[in-house]
Amino acid sequence: MTSAGSRGSVTEVLADLRGVVPERQLLTDPSELDTYACDGLAAYRVRPALVVLADSADQVAATVTACARRGVPFVARGSGTGLSGGALPHAEGVLLVTSRLRTLHEVRPQDQRAVVDPGVINLQVSKAANPHGYYFAPDPSSQQICSIGGNVAENSGGAHCLKYGFTSNHVLSLDVVTPQGEQVTLGTEAPDAPGYDLVGAFVGSEGTLGVATRATVRLTRLPQEVRTVLAGFASTDQAGAATSAIIAAGIVPAAIEIMDALAIEAAEKAVSCGYPAGAGAVLVVELDGSALEVEHEYARVEQICREAGTFEFRMATDAAERAEIWKGRKSAFAAVGRISPDYIVQDGVVPRTALPEVLRRMGEISAERGVRVANVFHAGDGNLHPLVLFDASEEGATERAEEVSGMILDLCIEHGGSITGEHGVGADKARYMPRMFTDDDLDTMQLVRCAFDPEGLANPGKVYPTPRLCGERPRVVQGAHPLTADGVEVF
Amino acid sequence: MTGSVLDLIGAACQAREATAADAVDGVTTQVVASPASTEETSALLRACHEHGLAVVVRGHGTKLAWGTPPERVDVVLDTTRMDALVEHSRGDLIATAGAGMPLARLAAHLAEGGHQLVVDDLVAVDRPDGPGGSTLGGAVATNLSGPRRTWVGAMRDLVIGVRFVRPDGTVAKAGGKVVKNVAGYDLSKLLCGSYGSLAVITEVTVRLHPLPEADRWVGTSVEPDRLAAVLAEVVQSQEVPHAVEVRVRPGVRPAVVTLLSGTEAGATARAETLRDRLATLGCEARVHDVAPPWWGVLLHPGQRGGTPVPDGSRPVLLKATARLSGIPQLLEEVTAVQGTATGSAGSGVLYVTLPPGDEVHDHVQRLRSVSTRLGGSLVVLDAPPQTKPGLDSWGAVPGLELMRRVKQEFDPRRTLAPGRFVGGL
Ligand SMILES: Cc1cc2nc3c(=O)[nH]c(=O)nc-3n(C[C@H](O)[C@H](O)[C@H](O)COP(=O)(O)OP(=O)(O)OC[C@H]3O[C@@H](n4cnc5c(N)ncnc54)[C@H](O)[C@@H]3O)c2cc1C
Repeated sequence: MTSAGSRGSVTEVLADLRGVVPERQLLTDPSELDTYACDGLAAYRVRPALVVLADSADQVAATVTACARRGVPFVARGSGTGLSGGALPHAEGVLLVTSRLRTLHEVRPQDQRAVVDPGVINLQVSKAANPHGYYFAPDPSSQQICSIGGNVAENSGGAHCLKYGFTSNHVLSLDVVTPQGEQVTLGTEAPDAPGYDLVGAFVGSEGTLGVATRATVRLTRLPQEVRTVLAGFASTDQAGAATSAIIAAGIVPAAIEIMDALAIEAAEKAVSCGYPAGAGAVLVVELDGSALEVEHEYARVEQICREAGTFEFRMATDAAERAEIWKGRKSAFAAVGRISPDYIVQDGVVPRTALPEVLRRMGEISAERGVRVANVFHAGDGNLHPLVLFDASEEGATERAEEVSGMILDLCIEHGGSITGEHGVGADKARYMPRMFTDDDLDTMQLVRCAFDPEGLANPGKVYPTPRLCGERPRVVQGAHPLTADGVEVF
Repeated sequence: MTGSVLDLIGAACQAREATAADAVDGVTTQVVASPASTEETSALLRACHEHGLAVVVRGHGTKLAWGTPPERVDVVLDTTRMDALVEHSRGDLIATAGAGMPLARLAAHLAEGGHQLVVDDLVAVDRPDGPGGSTLGGAVATNLSGPRRTWVGAMRDLVIGVRFVRPDGTVAKAGGKVVKNVAGYDLSKLLCGSYGSLAVITEVTVRLHPLPEADRWVGTSVEPDRLAAVLAEVVQSQEVPHAVEVRVRPGVRPAVVTLLSGTEAGATARAETLRDRLATLGCEARVHDVAPPWWGVLLHPGQRGGTPVPDGSRPVLLKATARLSGIPQLLEEVTAVQGTATGSAGSGVLYVTLPPGDEVHDHVQRLRSVSTRLGGSLVVLDAPPQTKPGLDSWGAVPGLELMRRVKQEFDPRRTLAPGRFVGGL
């Protein structure tokens, strides 16, 4: 890794790019730069030294090449909706925005593939595929604004990844610009491309292995039937018990979501979603697939919910009713703004069976510290989104909220879970990585980093708390191959 | 000399002198070492690494000859003593097991809880002394997957955590035991399909699926000129096909068989609906409650009750892929060179065997250029020892330079399976 002192200057990068990238796509004015100072996690802000609004893969490559030549760090950015500070700029670096690469090159239902630029908005892919009977399965709640490049970098999920998997299960091939400026294609549009699964390694690497400039993604057949169920319960315990029973019955719903009383209150204030009055928790279950199987599963789910004590059970059959049910859930993060001036969104994961215990402990922590925590979670896969509420203008409140936040992550790790299920590590959670992984684990992951980015220029400071010095090798005993005592070189 | 290798690996783990049967694709080895744990694996690798010994990892050895023969082998690292079921968490639909766990035994354990790992063992065999076929680690190392990959993806899509040992003995893990987890790089995917060339996998955590109540297969044989239409109909069906397999052989009409899993009533009704749809295409199909004998079998002798493939015989075996709409054309090419193909028309992955002969080289070239043109690739998984050296096993590999760097970072001394993987890595 180049030390900070020997980093080159952005002025040189700018000079390199003049004539290659049109002037209006090179931002240097402080007030313009400031609009890019943060992503969806506004608590962190850094003004970048230069913003490049690339509109072709060649411009991306030219920018990265200039950065590599000058030893200047760069950070890729899509729509800037990330919630872990992944696209947080580097003060002496380039922010490389890919959101102008917006061409949806191909939608090929007969191959179940779409080929898209990184700046294409997630929902656009489904919109383009829908008329052919297909859609793009990963559906983050931010799908109306987030980009495919961001999804690829974060390995984004969504409510429906319980059944359909995450972005990494839906990306076949990527064109990337490596941190050294090379343009390479990883993978093929058919599965099982020969060699290491570098697509698998790149997806979820949070912009630290290079910049994606094109993606070939899988399209999924639209289901024959979709049924969305909303069940009101007295407590999250009851809703959780219903979830466990559904899974135990051998049903894999497209989605199972739970919101607690505080989250419902917020959603109600924000979007008047009309959830069952007085509910301690609501459970949203979506079933999809063949009409016959859905019918059968629906009957089971209703029975299970009633046994678990639901006091109100509703079903949506058409798209409008479905949207009505999802409205409260999908708006939950923003809605919390209605009941608290500030909040921290966490993204920890626990094994589903640990949910009741973890929720109980979280309740205790919240009571002990006097910090309110609203809960919205993907119950099917144990991905929690605790919303830690606070008022930053109150003395010490921010610190208390951060402490509670950290305790929640510890709780997740204690139960064999993860510090992040879909939002990524970014700048925000890098310091928690050593709680989940050993030094050797982190060092091993960074071997991949060294292969792609030996100078450590791509999104430095993210994901890993301590960068690995590339090229540093553990001491090995040198000597001739033991079987060739005459010292003949055998490797 | 053999004594010296045994001495060098010392007390790391149980080990014995190798026999001719332990050769890896014709390359003889000195020693077979059988670590019983991750710690022993680490001690063994540390010793091998220090002394410059080349190591090839072996589970049940069912796919050991796949790929290019290694340049040299000193130690075969046998994983079969690491075969424990560490955890089957029923409420979480996950399981963790040692790399040496046979898939068949894992399946039996999981079935007790009503679950399964949805990976079809293409090389399943029964042995008198217990389950043969793939081990879990071998399935990961080759990214094994069969018909039902159309439903849930390949092994890479099911592994959620791995514990492994780097060539220098460093023990590390990636992922975890929750299905949703984006903390750090997804090294599980990197190790899937790496043919033991980056690290030794010792423990694997996988996501499970509930066992369905019923399976139904809709089978039909079609005129070659109808194949494209039939495949399109089935693959794009909303009846949720869990697998769409196709089989072509010289002189026989192509067969298309679709699996629908679900409830008794649901699976049957969906199968009947699909059968009726095929009838409207002029295609007579039947609903079965058992799979055809060649279903998910990599090297099926041919006909029902046919003679088994003679032990040790190694046909030219290829994995050829294409975009979905290109599969009919790829099958046509296979037929044109008198090959046999079985595979997932629903995923775009075919396993092809070619008859022996002087033209094998040309045929491989021809099929490779077709696969590549159709958005896929062709890999020579195996071939008779006399034929293999003349064939390019992997073809042109996009991103090879990056792969070389990954190998260099993980295994700079080329301790693991030197020369076995793409580009002679
Ligand atoms: C209201 C709200 C709801 C959300 N809900 C969900 C949810 O349900 N599930 C979920 O997973 N996430 C969710 N998110 C988080 C966020 O939307 C996702 O992480 C999304 O994928 C980020 O996309 P983006 O285009 O905004 O990326 P950005 O925020 O711009 O960047 C994210 C990361 O990707 C990198 N990056 C961007 N483009 C590229 C590229 N072309 N090549 C390489 N690296 C690149 C950046 O460097 C950064 O590290 C939510 C966010 C909000 C604000």
